[in-house]
Amino acid sequence: MTDKPKIAMYWCASCGGCEEATVDIAERILDLTSLVDIVFWPVALDFKEEDVENLPDGSVTASLINGGVRLTEHDHMIKLLRKKSKIVVAYGACSAWGGVPGLANLYRKEELISLVYHETPSVVNPTRVVPERRSIVDGAELELPDVFPYLVPIDQAIDVDYYVPGCPPTADVTWKAIETLLSGRLPPKGSIIGASEKSLCDECPLNQTKPEKILIQDLKRPHQVIPDPEKCLLTQSLLCLGPATRGGCTALCIRARMPCTGCFGPLDPVSDYGAKAASFIASIIDFDDEKSVEEVIDKLPDPIGTFYRYTLATSRLAGRLTEGKR
Amino acid sequence: MKDIVITPTTRLEGHGKIVVCLDDNGDCNKAYLQIPELRGFEKFAEGRHAEDMPQITSRICGVCPMAHHMASTKALDDLYRIEPTNVAKKIRELVYSIFMLEDHAIHVYVLGGPDFIVGPTAPKAERNILGVVAKVGKETALRVISMRKTLRKTNEMLAGRTINPVIGLPGGVSRPISSSEVEELKRIGNEAVEFALFTLKVFKDIVLSKKEYVDAIASEAYTHRTYYMGLVDEHNRVNFYDGKIRVITPKGNEFAKFEAHDYLDQLAEHVEPWTYVKFPYLKQVGWRGFTDGEDNGIMSVAPLARLNVADGMATPLAQESYEEMFKVLGGRPVHHTLANHWARVIEIVYAAERLRELANDPEIADPRIRNLPSEVPRVGIGVVEAPRGTLIHHYETDNRGVIRKANLLVATQHNAARIALSVDKAARNYVKQGRVDQGMLNMVEMALRAYDPCHACATHTYPGSMPFTIYVYRDGRLIETLRREFR
Repeated sequence: MTDKPKIAMYWCASCGGCEEATVDIAERILDLTSLVDIVFWPVALDFKEEDVENLPDGSVTASLINGGVRLTEHDHMIKLLRKKSKIVVAYGACSAWGGVPGLANLYRKEELISLVYHETPSVVNPTRVVPERRSIVDGAELELPDVFPYLVPIDQAIDVDYYVPGCPPTADVTWKAIETLLSGRLPPKGSIIGASEKSLCDECPLNQTKPEKILIQDLKRPHQVIPDPEKCLLTQSLLCLGPATRGGCTALCIRARMPCTGCFGPLDPVSDYGAKAASFIASIIDFDDEKSVEEVIDKLPDPIGTFYRYTLATSRLAGRLTEGKR
Repeated sequence: MKDIVITPTTRLEGHGKIVVCLDDNGDCNKAYLQIPELRGFEKFAEGRHAEDMPQITSRICGVCPMAHHMASTKALDDLYRIEPTNVAKKIRELVYSIFMLEDHAIHVYVLGGPDFIVGPTAPKAERNILGVVAKVGKETALRVISMRKTLRKTNEMLAGRTINPVIGLPGGVSRPISSSEVEELKRIGNEAVEFALFTLKVFKDIVLSKKEYVDAIASEAYTHRTYYMGLVDEHNRVNFYDGKIRVITPKGNEFAKFEAHDYLDQLAEHVEPWTYVKFPYLKQVGWRGFTDGEDNGIMSVAPLARLNVADGMATPLAQESYEEMFKVLGGRPVHHTLANHWARVIEIVYAAERLRELANDPEIADPRIRNLPSEVPRVGIGVVEAPRGTLIHHYETDNRGVIRKANLLVATQHNAARIALSVDKAARNYVKQGRVDQGMLNMVEMALRAYDPCHACATHTYPGSMPFTIYVYRDGRLIETLRREFR
């Protein structure tokens, strides 16, 4: 082992997209490995948990952790990495805010299980079997892991120093974040690194067509309209969340003529993204003519999936909704 | 008296867990592969806008987001009963071919290939990516990296993003291809076909020229006589993007051919208490437990299954290699799990040829990329062949297009029962009289990798790099634990 900075990478309840994203910095990986020693990366390198345990506390320069926390294993590993690391980075939307799987927090675990094993139309399950924490098969007691009732972002389990946004973060954002971590000029704790300091509009190719003050009379869903590709999508009544969202991705979705769905999260790291985005949209709806606000809002039957797609697990809204249902 | 020892490894739940139960003689009575995680996408799909599903479900798996994106987009076509424009179908198939090519290539060279390129009999320590580089040379490794980069950049251009694409909409795609991009695509098409033929040559030179490798593919240890399922076009040729689902019997006769919309007549799912994975099977045959043969509805999907169910390939070079494979391995269907590696290379050739065809299609830059839906939505069912097999998305909505119910039958799930057979067979071969041979780790690993199981689609475990722990029980007592660690 050399005296180069040590980097660890780990995944919790991840889809593998963040891992693919780190592999996408492919041609720069060689630069990276000349700058740092990677001491733990389960997807690619043959290190074991024991190898991490044997490192002195605080000896890892930075641990990049993706995915939310759903299993006891995740909780255990990120606490171990916290102890061994100077800096812990929540890498990607799931780790920072729960991401898309955080939408499961709208339901209790028992509801997920009941749907999957009893109610879906392809299931044939007359004896109502469900996967059990412990089950006896051929005299052996088989165990499945404990799943936490809700998925939480990693900063609800450990202390987090920085956040890298995106679902997943792009290769450029990842590289900038690593440069920041290695530069020695560290931003204040809690900062979002690698991405832009401005809203997505600032880097959007349609930005010059966005008026000073937007007012819309209608809301359209993406399948209902073929937008003019040369005009700001918001001015065409499409719900683009760019103004409420941090930049850094170079407006990839908008370049493919689809509105921003907010995967880079809020500009202000501690704000409730969904609430901010929803109030922004509410503020640009022009209900001066006959239409009521309700009529316009009715055109958007799923505000949670629209505004909280990546951040529901950070919001107290999910818990409240679940309580309400009980 | 049950005396289960809880080992320190129980906290590593992310591992696939294999449990081996012994009989009175200490031989393997039964072995189980447990899949330990559940995320509940079908539940939280409820209440979402249907048109958001192609982007939401692509988050099921960061390795094959395009497969979920496309199955979902096709379910939306069906939901709104809207036919996509001609060019939209071609653009979808173009990005899909690029995705299949890239995903398969990574498996051949990085994830599964080491078993074959380095060799199934090579020491475990050499069967990794470094071993591959040593065998094929650094230049080839760089060529693979460069091809992957080109293909992923191309799909970022065409589909918005490679990981989590955005172009799919009911009735079409969001973005046309410009005529200047077509020139670039033609060049990439040629490069892709060259790359595919080169890969085929590598496979032939290294694998097929050695009798011991071919014998390993055909060995009984990796053989199960199950049904097979996959998409075929109107001439019963392999198609990744569209067609009818065809099922053949273990003897090779057509058992069923149906539209995705009718999948509930043909497919059902079985639940076991010891794993989160559900086991799909053929409803008309029935579930008879974990055995192969004609009397049990277990079927297999993915590259070998697709070639088994099809009468041929739709492109000439792929057709040639399709014929060669069945000639060498003794005709259709081939029941050898390890032949998936060969079938995957043939599919690489097909994907590259199809990419080149579509790039040269005179209509590909047509700007008429969308038909707008006008029907009231109710039920939508879509299917594609994911790299790892048949993938079905099924949505029911209210008349505002808000999801009421969703059902997903994921590729690796269709293979779950056959994978269980493979694990069981490995255990029976290597656990004798209470002694567990380390060879079991190798055999399980090689069998699993051939399927390229993507438990990311149900869990968070990365395909091809599946760490697992084997627990051996006798009289309900844990007597031995073997771990296959992260690689």
